[in-house]
Amino acid sequence: MTTAAALTWQRRRESAARFWKQYRRHRAGLLGLAALALFVVIALTAPLTVGSDVASVTEAPGRPMESPSAEFPLGTDRFGRDLLGLLVWGSRVSLLVGLLAAVLSVLIGGLVGITAGHFRGPYATVVMRVTDWFLVMPTLVLAIALATVMSRSLGTIVLAIGVTIWPTTARLVRAQTLAVESRPYIERAKALGGGHWHIMSRHVLPNVMPLILAQTTLMISTSILSEATLAFLGLGDPTVVSWGGMLQEAREAGAVSSGDWWYLVPPGIAIAVVALAFTLCGRAVESVLNPRLGVGR
Amino acid sequence: MTLLEVQDLHVTYPGGAAAVRGVDLTLAAGQKLGIAGESGCGKSTLALALLRLLPAGTRIDGSVLLDGEDVLTMRWGRVRAVRWAGASIVFQGAMHSLNAVHRIGDQIAEPILLHGGTTAAAARRRTGELLEHVGLPAARARAYPHELSGGQRQRVTIAMALACDPLLVVADEPTTALDVMIQAQILRLIEGLVAEQDLGLIMISHDLAVLADTCDRLAVMYAGRVVEEGPAREVHENARHPYAEALSSAFPRIGDPSSRFAPRGLAGDPPDPSDLPSGCAFHPRCEVALAECASEDQVLREAEPERRAACVHVTDMRSHT
Repeated sequence: MTTAAALTWQRRRESAARFWKQYRRHRAGLLGLAALALFVVIALTAPLTVGSDVASVTEAPGRPMESPSAEFPLGTDRFGRDLLGLLVWGSRVSLLVGLLAAVLSVLIGGLVGITAGHFRGPYATVVMRVTDWFLVMPTLVLAIALATVMSRSLGTIVLAIGVTIWPTTARLVRAQTLAVESRPYIERAKALGGGHWHIMSRHVLPNVMPLILAQTTLMISTSILSEATLAFLGLGDPTVVSWGGMLQEAREAGAVSSGDWWYLVPPGIAIAVVALAFTLCGRAVESVLNPRLGVGR
Repeated sequence: MTLLEVQDLHVTYPGGAAAVRGVDLTLAAGQKLGIAGESGCGKSTLALALLRLLPAGTRIDGSVLLDGEDVLTMRWGRVRAVRWAGASIVFQGAMHSLNAVHRIGDQIAEPILLHGGTTAAAARRRTGELLEHVGLPAARARAYPHELSGGQRQRVTIAMALACDPLLVVADEPTTALDVMIQAQILRLIEGLVAEQDLGLIMISHDLAVLADTCDRLAVMYAGRVVEEGPAREVHENARHPYAEALSSAFPRIGDPSSRFAPRGLAGDPPDPSDLPSGCAFHPRCEVALAECASEDQVLREAEPERRAACVHVTDMRSHT
């Protein structure tokens, strides 16, 4: 038994190595991965480098609206807080919300897609019409409506983003499920007495997994952008610091008209870079797992 | 002991295509029955109907008694239990009936674990035994389908069919897309396993010679009906129904030069199952059709002891005695 387990691990290591070898050939993917690693390290080490005190309004170290200096490399905000510290601290919320919302949306989308592809008939029709309805609804409007009616917290934001961006995943997964379900081994699985759950979990899921993985990485960047948008519109949790929230505060403080660029530019660039990094990784993963796409290396 | 008894089975697809129209078959344990016929005559539909594997909306009438129990009226949970444990299928095209993302060992163990009663370790041991049984080393259980040759893959599907010790194995064109040497090996393997484990075997093929060689009895199907039935060798060599005769003479006989100079085939196409000709379904293609064939349906009649055929030229033995 132990040798079997060891062999399994050896196989997994080999396939991971193969994946990495192919992934390495995508230069843009590597760049995205490096940027991501950097942001993740910054976010994880934030409690050590800046600490949660950085968000405190009462114990702000500087005067309001200071321009960049040696003491505050990115200047200070309207309460005199260190903007570099806020930027580092805010990365935690942006990445966390992005990840959770993407995972939530892919879970919903995957579940809906696989069941709609597996059970044809009235169930699939109803579920896919609901999906279409979500697809044509302006995502942002729906998310705003949800974030408004629910209590203000990070969970609300995750939920509002997660339940609005799943339809594309559902459509993709359903299409792939239909393709897999027409394969003869599904007929064999039925002939050997497999039920719906058995067929969906043992045969369909492993075959649509690559698609779901690639879709997740792409969804993360969408979620991060949505989170920033919602926070910018003042629908985020006011007690936590996030990049979108920083932009909103900058707007409220009149940074745009007074030309306080250090207040606006860094969070904007950070959002763009993280979203870009996830997209680059997602595209590289997609092209490794699906060589037929022929995405440029 | 009668293992399988099919009585007056009718299958109509949602589009109105009558794929099987009144088939009666019986099969005893240890017996091998061949079903022959060209594409679209209803052979595969018949096989799928035995385990209720047809798409939703298909109308199935008649009865299928498997070991005394009617599969068609069973509760759904019982049908799932009977699938594979009662009767299993060797699908055509082993290439595609294996899932590319699972190891073959896991796929053979799949029905064993699904039908319960054992641990994963026991299932793995059984998988090894099954693989050795069909002539593959037990270590191959770790291979993925694409690492095996066509013949090996077909062996895997046979091992899979035997996994739950079924009473009946339905082999749906098990040797299509295999070369002649491998084909012979696979046929010997199936024959050996059936004899050894006293299973019932239904083998479906368009190749009458293969069936005559492997099976005890042979049923020739045309347009959803059995048109001739009898001991395999006799049906192959001395067919009574003109369709069965055309089918068996479509294969040249080795050592018989005259067959080379008398190429005989069958003109025309099989009839459209949703728009069958009146009377005997074969009459538009039949060389010896009489005027009454176009209007009168021909049913199976006893031609000789143990032999039945559905043709106007075959006089019923019983009606004359």
